[in-house]
Amino acid sequence: MDFSRRFAKLRPVMSPLIKLLLEGGKLSTAQMAQVLNLSEADVNRQLEQLRADRVLLGWRPVLNLVDEETGIVRAVIEVRITPERGGGFNRLADRISRFDEVESCYLMSGGYDLLVFVSGSSLQKVAAFVSEKLSTIEGVLSTATHFLLRSYKEQGFLLDLPAEDNNRLKVAP
Amino acid sequence: MDTTRYIAKHVVNLPRSGIRDFFEIVSKMKDVISLGIGEPDFDTPWHIREAAIYALEKGKTHYTSNLGLIELRRAINRYVEKNFNVSYRPEDEILVTVGVSEAIDLAARALINPGDKVMFHQPCYVSYHPSITLTHGVAIPVPTYAKDNFALTAEALIAAWQPGCKMLMLNLPCNPTGGTCNRAQLEAIAKFVIEKDLLVLSDEIYSELTFEGEHVSIASFPGMKERTIFLHGFSKAFAMTGWRIGYACGPATLIEAMMKVHQYSMMCASIISQEGAIEALQRGEDGMKSMREQYHRRRDFIVRRLNEIGLKCHMPRGSFYAFPSVAITGMNEKDFALGLLNAEKVAMVPGTAFGANGAGFCRACFATGYDQLIEASDRIERYVQGIAAKK
Repeated sequence: MDFSRRFAKLRPVMSPLIKLLLEGGKLSTAQMAQVLNLSEADVNRQLEQLRADRVLLGWRPVLNLVDEETGIVRAVIEVRITPERGGGFNRLADRISRFDEVESCYLMSGGYDLLVFVSGSSLQKVAAFVSEKLSTIEGVLSTATHFLLRSYKEQGFLLDLPAEDNNRLKVAP
Repeated sequence: MDTTRYIAKHVVNLPRSGIRDFFEIVSKMKDVISLGIGEPDFDTPWHIREAAIYALEKGKTHYTSNLGLIELRRAINRYVEKNFNVSYRPEDEILVTVGVSEAIDLAARALINPGDKVMFHQPCYVSYHPSITLTHGVAIPVPTYAKDNFALTAEALIAAWQPGCKMLMLNLPCNPTGGTCNRAQLEAIAKFVIEKDLLVLSDEIYSELTFEGEHVSIASFPGMKERTIFLHGFSKAFAMTGWRIGYACGPATLIEAMMKVHQYSMMCASIISQEGAIEALQRGEDGMKSMREQYHRRRDFIVRRLNEIGLKCHMPRGSFYAFPSVAITGMNEKDFALGLLNAEKVAMVPGTAFGANGAGFCRACFATGYDQLIEASDRIERYVQGIAAKK
């Protein structure tokens, strides 16, 4: 999967290293150095800088964990909150984001304020998180919880559909 | 004006903590990888912190009962019953304290008369011996040995016992050795304790960090609940060291005695810490298991590396400490630790900070990230190879 196409128009000044990372191939720093014609030390320095600038947040594999095998239940919650003087939505959003159950948290335009992706080991646990932890926070006005039934695409990776054979000729003029 | 003359004699004679001395040296150095910090590297899980924030928002800022919030005592009873097979009445057999450290101090002050002899196994956490001498008791160390993986044996207890012994202080799993006792060993200790009519102060703070087999509390054996003060807390299992919250469970008369001292010195533990503790007991199990899994992996790595380097180290069944021998270097533990610090900027605590039986050993805490452990082990290897090359 070549992510660089998706981002090419968005960040024309992205460094070659970020573009290489977005291509998604699992390269070691030594291999990245070879591809980019840099020293490994330079690659490590750039990676450190990206971490320090909070551009590179971390590494995580994208896994297709089938719910009935793992028991993991996922949901997305629309949360309406009260903005605060001097801070807007930030303080509450930060507080909500820090729960382990929260995978992602976004401030959205439209009919609600925060879109919160959560996961838990059962429907009851997710429901308990919403009713006991999330809804009870001072400043949370309402929540609407939608449970995930099925994934078709996960962070750029299509699920269920077989990988396409690219049928490239071994030699071509 | 010389104000030292006002200091009480028994405090003058109290030795400074060996750990503190070593770390005053470390704190003056830059870029040290410290394997000497005896606390989790994890922050307290957010849901526990958030519960405390919520409690503050709701105005929970006042004194609680001296014994602690009844909701917390009920939660403690449920937790201890489920995990340690002993049940305590929340009303009068449980006391919430300012860390297990306060509980040890309370037990010592409430139960030790001047001249009472108190046994404790060694090497051990730095507080046990001073808690005995500060109350004018007589400390009777009981050695544990590498050949037994630092388990406390009934034979060692029998050899160390003297007339006048009143109490045995236990810490299993043990800081700094990681030593534990299996069921049979604990049964033998319980038999000894009952025969000699001793009280037991059982500090089980590392019990959740037991990596193989089950942790068994001595309080769960027949005839032991009535003579054991069971101590536990939240610092290690739930990464709540700074919250200073722990508890003592025991016979009502002994808890009442401890509470009498507590009520005059401390009043009660912080209500915010108590609220966090309730959340930890009610919903903290998943987070605790996740941390334990990580400590387990780190343990396997560092013990393997230490043995590869030649620093013979038993596999600790509990806690987050490895206790390798430095014998292969021909150096004593202090010279080894200082030399390692100066040459390679890795800090390990000399074993004698934990008692005379720690001679020849150093304590390595593996409550730190994998990258730090990998780098530290490479540096230790370099240091040990350097010593061998000079010989």
